[in-house]
Amino acid sequence: MSFAFTPERKSRFKELIKRYPDKRSVALPALHLAQEQEGYLARETIEALARMLGLAPAALMDTVSFYTMFTTRPQGKYLLQVCQTLACSLAGADQVVDHLSQRNEIKVGETTPDGKFTLLKVECLGSCGTAPVVQINDDYYERLTLDKVDRILDKLT
Amino acid sequence: MSDFQPILTKHVGQPGSATLDYYLIHEGYQAARQAILELTSDAVIQVVKDSGLQGRGGAGFPTGMKWSFIPRDSRKPKYLINNADESEPGTFKDRLLINHNPHQVIEGMIIASKAIDCHLAFIYIRGEFVKEARLLETALEECRANQILGTGIFGSDFDLDILVHRGAGAYICGEETGLIESLEGKRGWPRIKPPFPAIEGYLQCPTVVNNVETLANLPHIILNGADWFRNIGASHDSPGPKLYCVSGHVKKPGVYEAPSGTELTELIYDLAGGIKDDRRLKAVIPGGSSSPVLTASEIDGLKMDFPSVKAAGSMLGSAGIMVLDETTDMVQACYNLARFYAHESCGQCTPCREGTTWLTKILHRFTHGQGRREDLDLILEVTDNIGGLIDFSMGSYGKTICPFGEAVAWPVRAFVEKFRDEFMEYLVEDVVT
Repeated sequence: MSFAFTPERKSRFKELIKRYPDKRSVALPALHLAQEQEGYLARETIEALARMLGLAPAALMDTVSFYTMFTTRPQGKYLLQVCQTLACSLAGADQVVDHLSQRNEIKVGETTPDGKFTLLKVECLGSCGTAPVVQINDDYYERLTLDKVDRILDKLT
Repeated sequence: MSDFQPILTKHVGQPGSATLDYYLIHEGYQAARQAILELTSDAVIQVVKDSGLQGRGGAGFPTGMKWSFIPRDSRKPKYLINNADESEPGTFKDRLLINHNPHQVIEGMIIASKAIDCHLAFIYIRGEFVKEARLLETALEECRANQILGTGIFGSDFDLDILVHRGAGAYICGEETGLIESLEGKRGWPRIKPPFPAIEGYLQCPTVVNNVETLANLPHIILNGADWFRNIGASHDSPGPKLYCVSGHVKKPGVYEAPSGTELTELIYDLAGGIKDDRRLKAVIPGGSSSPVLTASEIDGLKMDFPSVKAAGSMLGSAGIMVLDETTDMVQACYNLARFYAHESCGQCTPCREGTTWLTKILHRFTHGQGRREDLDLILEVTDNIGGLIDFSMGSYGKTICPFGEAVAWPVRAFVEKFRDEFMEYLVEDVVT
């Protein structure tokens, strides 16, 4: 399987290369673009991006492996990331995790067999004033209660 | 405090406050225009120095002084980076500023760029803030379309563009040299200093990294003057409006803008409505998770500015106030934070990488009924190996490349020293052999 950006993303990538003062600095934006397109960063994707950025594949892999938001494995359609750091923990994050785990019949780190949900516990999402918080793909859902969690998940198709 | 009117958050909640049209009606970009068209770089630096503005990211370093370290005669490009990584647990103020008034932040960046002669600036925003990054992109497009950014801004010969750069989930990228490495497309490993970023930062060029809230103050300082700013708050040495993030066991958690030096009890009991369910206060983490915890008796009369909190043996940091009531299990809370730091240690320095893992293992043992009497001293020994004693008198602390070591060692140490009894209750009964 080879990787290529869609035409729209390809032009965004070229635009980034033009705007940044050096190519390697485009690594994070390019990885975001690719992951947004593919859902995860396969080995072939990383190798292709490394070529575009003029880097050794290992150098880009080094970057990928450092950041928690980059994933080298496919994930569910909806990535449920429950914040577990102190403010969220005090506000009942553990119950939210347990509830999501039971409702979807998966453990933390697992994906439902239909590929719909992946459940993760993550560290501070920077939303301590509206704890507890779950990030689902790009969106934050705040001041969670278990009822609210159910209502949110019911709407995700 | 009673007659204080919000400055940075004045427009929060107003319909359309994030748009350029709204901002322009409310004195928007007048300060930047003035800085670009009428002031010299030196004049901008001087007024900010005179204002006494200290960085709002955590370290409290004087902003004007930081700018003055940029070598004027260098022919290299100079870079400004707006640190919007907001990753310190307990901190959620920069997100509010970006969501409700992104143009105030951009205007601050234009003023800072004028001060250091920067023509390409970055907003390094934590990767999870997808919505906020998009909002900033929209605001920047509005600026480019209105000669506020681009070639010859405000009709001057000053060029400036700003790029939004998303991180990808790493606490350490809030540390300025870790951030710079990350911006360069590498893992966010902090650099050994010196050289400081002002001399060799992004792409080995002179670089200033300023926090979102710090930058948001600049338009107001330019418009109202240094004296006006100096006179806000309890102390002339640590002045200005301040955003306090109050979370944990309070009735009304949220971001509260108040004069620097507002008493912690006022923030907790008046602004944030007091302790949830009217329970009793046990402890407060005053400045984000890296700041040593204070007991309820230690916060009486405590003024929330940089020197006062330091004098009380903690740090104002990012003003992330986490309130812990009498029901809080301090051993669990300590474990929670240790686990956070173990996850976020970048792995570069051995004391931090290994020490945070060991602290987490020992505290995990505690919270699972396996704590041993000697573990308490072991925890203190490990914190000492990572970050040393809590001693603000030392100019450069610790045993690690960046202050992350202290950021975990100090709070864990404070938890154990101040709440030793609670840790003792977790011990398994001594076995008589």
